[in-house]
Amino acid sequence: MLFRKFSLLIYALLILIPLVVVLLTSVKTLQETFRDPLGLPDGGFKFDNYVAIFQEQTMAGYFLNSTIVTLFSVSLTLLLAAMVAFGITRMNNWVGNVLFGVFTLGMMVPAQVIMVPLYSLMLDLGLTNSLLGLILVNISSTLPIAVFILTGFMKTLPKELFEASTIDGAGNWKMFTKVAIPLSLPSLSATAIFLFVMHWNDLLYPLLFITDNAYKTLPLALLEFQGQYSTNYPMLFTGVIIASAPMVIAYVFLQRYFVAGITAGAVKG
Amino acid sequence: MKISKSIYWFFLPGLVLYSLFFLYPTFSALFYSFTDWDGLSTAFQFVGIDNYTRAFTGDSIFQKTIGNNLKFMLTVVVFQTLVALAFALIVIKNTKTNVFLRALYFFPTILSSVSVAFIWAFIYDPSMGILNQVLQLVGLDFLAQNWLGNANIAIYSLAITQIWFHAGQMLIIFVAGLQAIPEELYEVAKIEGASKWQAFRSVTWPLLAPSATIVVAYTTIQSFKAFDLVFAMTGGGPNNSTEIIATYIYDVAFKSYQFGYASSISVIFMVIIALITYLQFKALRSDRVSY
Repeated sequence: MLFRKFSLLIYALLILIPLVVVLLTSVKTLQETFRDPLGLPDGGFKFDNYVAIFQEQTMAGYFLNSTIVTLFSVSLTLLLAAMVAFGITRMNNWVGNVLFGVFTLGMMVPAQVIMVPLYSLMLDLGLTNSLLGLILVNISSTLPIAVFILTGFMKTLPKELFEASTIDGAGNWKMFTKVAIPLSLPSLSATAIFLFVMHWNDLLYPLLFITDNAYKTLPLALLEFQGQYSTNYPMLFTGVIIASAPMVIAYVFLQRYFVAGITAGAVKG
Repeated sequence: MKISKSIYWFFLPGLVLYSLFFLYPTFSALFYSFTDWDGLSTAFQFVGIDNYTRAFTGDSIFQKTIGNNLKFMLTVVVFQTLVALAFALIVIKNTKTNVFLRALYFFPTILSSVSVAFIWAFIYDPSMGILNQVLQLVGLDFLAQNWLGNANIAIYSLAITQIWFHAGQMLIIFVAGLQAIPEELYEVAKIEGASKWQAFRSVTWPLLAPSATIVVAYTTIQSFKAFDLVFAMTGGGPNNSTEIIATYIYDVAFKSYQFGYASSISVIFMVIIALITYLQFKALRSDRVSY
């Protein structure tokens, strides 16, 4: 029993200590960090790094880019995937099954596999250095998993509900917006959280398609701070905190949904 | 009941995007893998299976890359699964403390790979890193290392970071699997005088098999896809010792501009992933038990 409690504590510390160190380092100077990497800052917390990073970098711009790309990618993936899932569920025949197969095939192909041809395609279409380009690629890469999760859920909905609305004269679109979407909210919200985490944190696509500072998202900007600040960990960690803040705040309040959402993505992906 | 034809419109936007940005590139990877395209010029030549021959016989870095990826994958799959399972068994009951601990263990999953890379670069830093400091503190100075700079161990240092990053997520999957096992089975085992280990062997383990398969499958694929983490932490170095297939594709394509060759490695990568997925789906089917 004691051994169990001890193990739990050790694991908890392995998670907590690095996080506390990140927080502390962000309010220390570089000299203090070199002198005593794990100690408290002498003379109190200083928020100079936070001021400096906003002055030296276009932080607000990166933040805005990440927000735009994530919001559009998540909501459009959800909408398009829900439509496809609805179509598959309603058709319920071989055409639907084939389409389901075609979409879910994408879950087996990692994004890295297509980075080379995708890059030249984006170049040809003039979609590099463009937030729209990132959004379009994000949607296509997460559509398979979202279709998979949502179809699985919609197939469990009682058919009678759809049929009752047909008798009432509802067309497919009305049935989709008035019946399928409201009933699928639990599954939609779990998928949304899974997508939020993926798109907010994605590095690969911005790395491939964005070179202009005006369109960089937070993970890419953060990565490039490394080239600029080298081992200036106070600055790097300040960047880490700013980039992670939205996810962390959301996690604190919506913890249960995060766990459910990311687990759904894992179990089904 | 007849369904109106308008249902086809529901597929249109999704299918268009998916075909253009996913299916088309996937098939063109196959096409370019038989060419010597450099990615810049408009002209290229068909070179047959030369790229594949080169990958398997002429490219020692690629072979090293496969080895690295296997080391990384095996370390992560074995240890992450064990850690996740062991801790899931301890925090299985929904007490307040356990719910809090699960949320804490899960926390790293929501961070970006770049953030995790920075945190661990600081932990592994040879001069001011937490790890070496702690080792010094407990009198194990001789173990202190340049954790990411030493070509013999760097890939394992990355594997540990990956486990820190994702073990909590796997733990949650195990907890869900464990909680789904009916309590009565344990009571029966107890009445029949089974020891704790016997109960685990004959009740928990067989019924946990589906979750275990999911965890192993997901972890395996995830360790092949760890591009972001490796790219941000070591960029494949030192001396290609942490190069995994995904980062190698990037290097070949965007540093040495051999798009044709990079495409052939992508195709090999795709085959490996498909093979693993297939094997694991098969295992999942045969593992099902019911009582």
